[in-house]
Amino acid sequence: MPELNLRQMKKDQSGIIASIKVGGELGLRMREMGLVPGTKITIQGRAPLNDPVALRVMGGILTLRNNEADHIMVTVDDKDTREPVA
Amino acid sequence: MNQNIRMALVGNPNAGKTTLFNALTGARQHVGNYPGITVDYKEGVFTHDSQKITLTDLPGTYSLTAYSMEEVVTRDYLVKEKPQVVINIVDASNLERNLYLTTQFLELGCPLIIALNMIDVARDRGVEVKAEKLAELMGVPVVPIIARSGQGAETLISQAILQATQPWQPRDISYGEDLDETIMELIALISEHDFLTETYPARFTAIKYLEHDDQILQKGQQDDSATAVRLEAKVNQVSDHLLKTMDAYPEAIIADHRYGFIKSILRQGVQSHSFDTDRLYTSDKIDKVVTNRLLGPVIMLMILFGLYQFTFTWSELPVSWLETLFSWLSGQVETLLPDGPVKSMIISGIIDGMGGVLGFVPLIMFMFLGIAVLEDSGYLARVAFMMDRIFRIFGLHGSSVMPFIVSGGIAGGCAVPGVMATRTLRSPKERIATLLTVPFMNCGAKVPVLALLIGAFFSESKALYMFLFTLLAWVVALLTAKLLRATVLKGAATPFVMELPPYRFPTLRGLAIHTWERTWQYIKKAGTVILGISILLWALMTYPGLPEATRADYEQQRQDITASFAPAIMSESSSEKEEVSEEAMALRRQLLTLDNEEAEQALRNSIAGRIGIALEPVSRLAGFDWRTNIALVGGFAAKEVIISTLGTAYSMGKVEADASGSLGERLSRDPNWSKVVAVAALIFIMFYAPCFVTVVCIAKEAGHWGWALFSISFNTFFAFLMATAVFQIGSRLG
Repeated sequence: MPELNLRQMKKDQSGIIASIKVGGELGLRMREMGLVPGTKITIQGRAPLNDPVALRVMGGILTLRNNEADHIMVTVDDKDTREPVA
Repeated sequence: MNQNIRMALVGNPNAGKTTLFNALTGARQHVGNYPGITVDYKEGVFTHDSQKITLTDLPGTYSLTAYSMEEVVTRDYLVKEKPQVVINIVDASNLERNLYLTTQFLELGCPLIIALNMIDVARDRGVEVKAEKLAELMGVPVVPIIARSGQGAETLISQAILQATQPWQPRDISYGEDLDETIMELIALISEHDFLTETYPARFTAIKYLEHDDQILQKGQQDDSATAVRLEAKVNQVSDHLLKTMDAYPEAIIADHRYGFIKSILRQGVQSHSFDTDRLYTSDKIDKVVTNRLLGPVIMLMILFGLYQFTFTWSELPVSWLETLFSWLSGQVETLLPDGPVKSMIISGIIDGMGGVLGFVPLIMFMFLGIAVLEDSGYLARVAFMMDRIFRIFGLHGSSVMPFIVSGGIAGGCAVPGVMATRTLRSPKERIATLLTVPFMNCGAKVPVLALLIGAFFSESKALYMFLFTLLAWVVALLTAKLLRATVLKGAATPFVMELPPYRFPTLRGLAIHTWERTWQYIKKAGTVILGISILLWALMTYPGLPEATRADYEQQRQDITASFAPAIMSESSSEKEEVSEEAMALRRQLLTLDNEEAEQALRNSIAGRIGIALEPVSRLAGFDWRTNIALVGGFAAKEVIISTLGTAYSMGKVEADASGSLGERLSRDPNWSKVVAVAALIFIMFYAPCFVTVVCIAKEAGHWGWALFSISFNTFFAFLMATAVFQIGSRLG
């Protein structure tokens, strides 16, 4: 089970948040939106200029800038890049 | 029990809070005003089974920290006003995250009731929530509702009334061994010294200290600094220890345990999923197209252009009705009142001022209707998502795009609704930076002025110049935003962590209330100030008027001219007829020239004229003479006034903004004007102080007159600098 930085995840790839290493307002905003270790996330897509990124978390969709996503490490399945379910 | 019950409505943004509030209170709502609070919130009064209820709609928040104005307002309201019942609306299709806020109300101890909203949406998504089970485990009544249709609202209120007699009772949530022990120690210290206990439960204060909550820390310092220091020392000690042993911040551990608490409840049979949780919903399918890399921007441009067309084209008709109404009023006053200062003030000060205020109303209504549709449907969040990368370069936010477009990003908008559109931005610094730079855009009132000068000096390539100046407005506005964010509005970007809510059809009631409320706020808040300034500007351009001797002199000249013609010609000339003999025309022309000359003299002698002349030594640096200066002073009333004032200053009588060809010719022949002066003037007009209607709106939106004054002085100074540079360099290059 490799650990990846959220920025490196591909579209439609899923994983479990391993750690979030940031305090202050950013850390708090992430946590209150449900980004805490142990939560499953899926990359929903990226904006036209590749930044920000949209994630599916706890049944909702959140957006993060890439430099904010850098604080998040995610454990992903090796065989992950699954096909999206239509 | 027929006493009024005070209830507060709280919940996450997008949980359906406003929809429920509208369903419960209908049109019987007003914006509440509590001292010292700048974020508005609404109050509504209604009766349920002959029980009178006052419901306060608090701003939507995800948490109760002190990082944003919305959160501070919600928290302060709850602890200071102590509502008898707090209705917490949660989205059943997104329960886990919504309950995060709920845990914080439990800790605060307010009598709580959960409105479990959107059970229909959740069911469609295969999520079944057992309300009774949730109520039992949380120890709080839970009522399933569908806010859009009003289903369950009656039961919710009956249940809420029963809660009104409950005392405040904080609940304890465990934060793990390490923290619990510390919390107990902190509580002991807090209770011993009665530290902030008047306002907050001891445990709440202890947790806020662990979360490094700025507002509570500050209050603690003011209230009892000795105890505050001891609490802070303890917290720092624990923080260091946790960072060393667990590599975690206390606030992160607290959040983990809150989610742990929620998960443990949901796992006990509260929530069941009948489909795969990763299933794609309709909303996600729409997003596949609408936020697609290639299609997304194209669709966005089309929608934004559509909004723009809708706002500015469809509002033309009601605007013209208002114009007709006000010119009819002026006409009535013109015939009813005798000539004199009172008449002049009523027409040019009051009626024109009212026209100025109300003329914007259709624009504001249409724009807010358009924005409400985009906002309520969830599309606005997608626009922010797609545009953020570009706007971030300039220290702004993806949501800044809307105000820029509305203000004249496509030439011909208006900064007044543009400034008001910044309300959709939740990041304070980005919001002020947007607010201050949108007036640089080429609004509909600047366009005729630009057209006049471009037509007079660059008639060979009008379209090209118009396009270049639109582009220049964008470049200058964005670079200025960057400058402001690096200086007066310095600070890290506000986190972009933002929700993309599922697409929803806006409700008609929601749209109507939304639109009306904002329009009314504009009329009420801005109206009086604008009327006052309008009268002031009229006085500046009118007083002190010409001295008696000069006026008598003009009257004498008029009589001399008239006497030089035959009496028959005289009476023919003063008749209402359009077609008159050549001689009568000549008389009319001579009299008109004299009138215009007198008007020029009067303007020159007015306070505004004296300011213009006094400023000439300075304005010469940018190539402007006193006539241009007066016009620019007049432009503070409304940019199109520049044209009519220039007309008077050049003795050309009344010049209409849409028929300024003769004035253009006159300028192109004037030795004080040249292509270089024209470019310097264009740049100055584009970027100097916004019109005062915009300035008043900036003050209202920023919650501070300081920013409005900053906008006047900074923009004028900045524009003058650029105009001077253009003129000095331009004239040297020849």
